[in-house]
Order: sequence, then structure tokens, then C-alpha cells
Amino acid sequence: MSETTTTVRSIGDSTDTGASDVQQMSMQQALNRALDEVLAENPKTVIFGEDCGRLGGVFRITDGLQAKHGEERVFDTPLAESGILGMSVGLAMAGFHPIPEVQFDGFAYPAINQIVCQIARMNYRSRGTLPMPITLRVPSFGGIRAPEHHGESLEALFAHVPGLKVVSPSNPHDAYHLLKYAATRPDPVIFMEPKSRYWQKGPVDVAHAAHGQATHDAGVDDGGSLTGARVVRDGRHLTLVAWGAMVSRCLQVAELAAEDGIDVEVLDLRWLKPIDAEALARSVGKTRRAVVVHEAPLTSGLGAEVAQLITQSCFETLKAPVERITGFDVPYPSGDLEDEYIPNIDRILFGIQRVLEYRRG
Amino acid sequence: MTTEPALAAVDDDAAPLTHHQLRELYTLMAAVRHLDTSAVAWQRQGIIPGYAPELGQEAAQVGSGYAVDRTRDFVFPTYREMGVARAMGVDMVGYMSTHKATWHGGMYNPLESRFAPIQAVVAGSVLHAVGWAHGQTLSGAPDMGVAMTYFGDGASSQGDVHEAMNFAAVMNAPVIFFIQNNGWAISVPTDRQVAGGSVAARAAGYGIPSLQIDGNDVVAVYEATRSAFAHCRAGNGPVVIEAMTYRRGPHSTADDPGRYRTLEEERLDAGGDPLERFKQRLLAEGVADEAFFAAAQRAAEEEEEAIRAGIADLGPRPGSEMFSLVFQEPTPALQSQATAWREESEHV
Repeated sequence: MSETTTTVRSIGDSTDTGASDVQQMSMQQALNRALDEVLAENPKTVIFGEDCGRLGGVFRITDGLQAKHGEERVFDTPLAESGILGMSVGLAMAGFHPIPEVQFDGFAYPAINQIVCQIARMNYRSRGTLPMPITLRVPSFGGIRAPEHHGESLEALFAHVPGLKVVSPSNPHDAYHLLKYAATRPDPVIFMEPKSRYWQKGPVDVAHAAHGQATHDAGVDDGGSLTGARVVRDGRHLTLVAWGAMVSRCLQVAELAAEDGIDVEVLDLRWLKPIDAEALARSVGKTRRAVVVHEAPLTSGLGAEVAQLITQSCFETLKAPVERITGFDVPYPSGDLEDEYIPNIDRILFGIQRVLEYRRG
Repeated sequence: MTTEPALAAVDDDAAPLTHHQLRELYTLMAAVRHLDTSAVAWQRQGIIPGYAPELGQEAAQVGSGYAVDRTRDFVFPTYREMGVARAMGVDMVGYMSTHKATWHGGMYNPLESRFAPIQAVVAGSVLHAVGWAHGQTLSGAPDMGVAMTYFGDGASSQGDVHEAMNFAAVMNAPVIFFIQNNGWAISVPTDRQVAGGSVAARAAGYGIPSLQIDGNDVVAVYEATRSAFAHCRAGNGPVVIEAMTYRRGPHSTADDPGRYRTLEEERLDAGGDPLERFKQRLLAEGVADEAFFAAAQRAAEEEEEAIRAGIADLGPRPGSEMFSLVFQEPTPALQSQATAWREESEHV
């Protein structure tokens, strides 16, 4: 309940944003504020889904928005994901900018037909006359001891579909800016929110997309560009590539590795489609070693795509094959086994060790 | 047959069709009939690779399409609504281009035509109509636009139809669910497809008024659709219309109905030809004479020749459109694929 109170206050504060106004807020608050501002800035924006209205969403991401912007802008739908996404198509055709929510990752499956066959293809089918400016918010990934179908990682599935773009923020600042950016694009974006990170606080500079406390070399993308990856920790020996909730875990790993004299760079991919291939080339071109970390199962996971992009650009200088530390090729397990499934610090450290110890021949 | 709840009583714009309108309906049906049978011939002649005939559904399609107000309504078709497209004045070369394999959605402009891109997923666009219709409610304009979505007895088995009807009823969306129950979903007859035998009967469960009508009577179809539009436009929410008709041809030019129904069954089940039936009515009522029908046929033939010429003139689209029309803002990866494609295809 205290979280709800905090959120309502954050909406009220949204009007007194000053330049370089850095505030501490949780990702839930940052997302809520971004939606509040998008609603205020674009009268064609509509937010809807299961329990998004009066309740404010099961994760409270839309908390207070219906009360502030009205039941026509923020509304509850019947409990049917295909209906929510199919309706988004029609609203987009009528000139609206829908921001639907699928309550949990696994509930996107009943809507796959509408996402893949309709949302992703309507611009193409209509020869560009019917764009689909739909931002589909999906609370994603695991780590909260949830029931079955509440901990899925769907990025590879979505990224494989022509016509979709996919993004996942790892921290409150990026959550705020990337959501505002996605919600003003003319193409469909799957916005994957790391639900295990909703309540972690961090600095958010609402006035500047660039991260003010960036520590890396000048010339390296510091996140000012909202379309690319971001180096969140500079390092010389190896690049950890991650997104969503795995970024903070990789930062922990990097601190531990530093105690052993291993200088790890952490690259937050952010955009999973399109992937920032230049950022990968820049980082791994420097470190010459890479480990990709994701929660999704290994086989045909996005790590394979990342590894290929790195190989393509850095083959001549790579010191070792790109390692993938991922979930296993099993259905997402119950909470008791969750920590065995999600890449943990030890598994990532072992992966780093294998890459560092690799010798040719 | 009307099931409860009933359509709101509407008497505006409910005047009987004038003789001019009746003749116009016939002219449209004749054009559609001739274009439809010609398109099958085009396929046999190798002009187009495939076609989904609507033979026998002219009354259902022309009668409903004729009721659309193109200044504010929007139609969501499947892949068998050529007659609706023609009645609404869609560019027919652009429409037929989908069957030429030029572009999946057709080359016509859906926004200007008020006719969504051709849809190959059965029931795929039914929910789009609900979303578009709800958009009219949100826009709050008086005398709002109405969405009309077409689907068949086969598509009525899809879960999206349930979700669409439920959403529409809950949100009181101005949408007409226009079902052409043509007896067949490729090879599966309605009695193996629709439990209870009627899609319209399901509407009562959603609190949606429904009309089950003779889909082979073009005037009955027009009048039912017109009253449904008036009901929706006045803010009374959705309507279901089930037009009972018969797919007199194959599912598509690749289909062989001889494998699942006999000619005798076709003759018995199809009933009277809707075009001939309307002709006899116009003759009996003195609305038109043989000279009119001959002129309508000539006009249909001239129209078909022009469309066939237009289709023949359609070259393949530039391959660059494969890439450029995926996104409004193309990704770097897609742009580099387009560049590689161009370089490699030019150097072959």
C-alpha cells in the first residue's frame, strides 16, 4: 500500500520537472511517470489491459492514471489477450497510439496470432498506409517466485518476427526514457519490463536521456542515444552482454571479478531488436572476450544472435569463442528451483573463467 | 428471424429503395458476378495464380456493401469480399492485385477506400473492427462511423470471434458483425462447424441484437444492414447479422468440391440463384426490362475487360519494397540486408 501512495505522489510531481532534475525513483515509478507524461503530451494515446484502470495494474505501473486522465484514456478490458491486441490494431488504424499491457509474459501466448500475423504485418500489408504505433508493455522474465507462465523470457520469439521491435530497460532511468521514446514511435515495440527490478530505486534524470554519471571514455555511447546499447561499466578484459534484470547481476559479477584483478565491461544491450551491432563491435573489439547472459533458454536464444554478431565483427581479434550463460532448455521452473535456472553469479563467473582460460589449438 | 434483444427502432433513412437504387444494385451484382466468374477463368488461363470465388454470395455482399457510408464507416474484409469491395467503389485492379500475387493486402489504399487490407487469417480482422469502432466512441463525434466486419461460418469457430463479440458488447462499440453463412468452410459443412446451427443465435448470449436473414435476397440484405448501421450510429452498440447464403463455387481455384459434395447436393442446397432471382423480381415489379439487363451485362463485360487489362499491366513490385515497407523507421539490419540484396541481385 505504501508503494501505491508513493506512486500517486510521483504523478502529482510530474509538472514541476526542472532541468537536470535527478530524482531517486523505482522502475515502477519511472514507468508510471513516463506513461503519465505520454498521456498528457499525446491526446491519441490510450492505455488498456487487464486491471490497468481502476486497480492501476497488478504491478501498479498504471496506478493513478485513470483517475487523472479519465476512463476513456486508461481502461480495463475483458480478460482476453487476443482481444486486447486485436483491438489495438483497430485503434491504431483509427489513428490512436495504443499502449496495451499483457499482464504477464506468459499471457502473450494467447495473443501471438494478433501480434505476429496482424500487428507486425499491418504496415507491410497496407504498404505503409496503416502504421501500427503500438507499444506493448509486457512485465517479463523471472525472479519473483511467481506461478507458472509468470516468468517467461520471450525476446527471441518476438525478435524473430519481421515487423516488431523489442526493447528492455534494466534501470529506472532507462525505463523512463525508453518507454517515452517507444511510445512515440510509428512502429510496434514490445516493451519488456524486468518485473524483478520494478521496486529497485535509482537516479532518474527526466530532463536528459544521457546517464550523467557515465564513467567511460568520451566517445563511447553513454545512453544519450535512445536507440542503442549502453556501456554500464567500463572494463578491459572481457565484455558481459546482458539486458533486463541480468544487467544488475552482471554488475555484481564484475565487482567480484575485479577482486581477482579481472576488469569486466558490462554492456546493457537495451534494444533486442534492432541489436546495436556497432556497440558490440566496439566493446568486444576492445576486450576481445565476451560472455552473453540471458534468462531465456539456451537453444535459439538471443545469445546466439549476439554471439554471431560479435564473431562477424571481431573474429580476427577474439581470444575465445563467445560464451553463453543462460537459462536451460526446460520450462521455466517453480520458485523453489528458480535460482538454479536463472544465471547466477557463480555460473557467470565460471563462464568468465572458461573464456579467460581458453587457449587455441 | 430476430432473436432478443432487438434492434433499436430506427426510422430515419428507412425509405424504400427507389427504382434507381434497385437497378443500381442489380448492375453491381451483375458486375460482380461477371468479374467473379471471369477471375476463375483468368486463373485457368494463367493470368492469376489463384482466386477465392464468391459465386452465389453476390446478394449478401452487394446488399451489405451498398449500405456503407464511405465518408465515415470502415469495412474489415476477409479474402472473399470482392462483391463488397466493388459495391463500395474500391479500385478493382488494386483489389484483384492480391490474386495476381502482386501484394498480399492488395494495391488499393485502405484508408481512402474505407476497406481494410485483404485478410487471409479467418477471423483475424474481427477484433480490428471492434478496436476501430471503439476508437469512434473515444473520438466522441456525433453520428459516428461504424465498423463492419465480414466473416463466415468457418471463422465463427475461432476464439477471436467470441472475444470480439464480448469486447464489443462490453464496450458498446458501434460494430456490425456480418456473417456470410455460405454452408461450407472448404470441405466442412455448417452442421459440422456451427453448434446449434446459427451464429446469430449466439449473439443473445452477449446481449447483442441479431438478425438472421435471407442472404440471397439483396433487398433484404440491404435493409437489414441499413437498420444495423442506424442502430450502431445512434450509440446502441453492436449488431450481428447472419446472412444465409451458399458458396456455389469451390473454396478457391485450388479446391475440388467433387471430393466432398455432389452436383445434385449443390443443386438442392444452393436454392435459387440470387442474381436471377433479383432479375425476375425487377421484371415482375416493372423496375427494369430486358434491355436494361442486357445493358448491365455489357457494362459488366466492359468493366471486366478494363480490370483484366489493368491486371495484365501490373508488373512485379520493386524488390526494394520487401524491405522498405516493413517499418516506418527501418532498422539498420534491415537496411543492410536491402543493400546486400540490391548489390547481389544486380551483379547476378
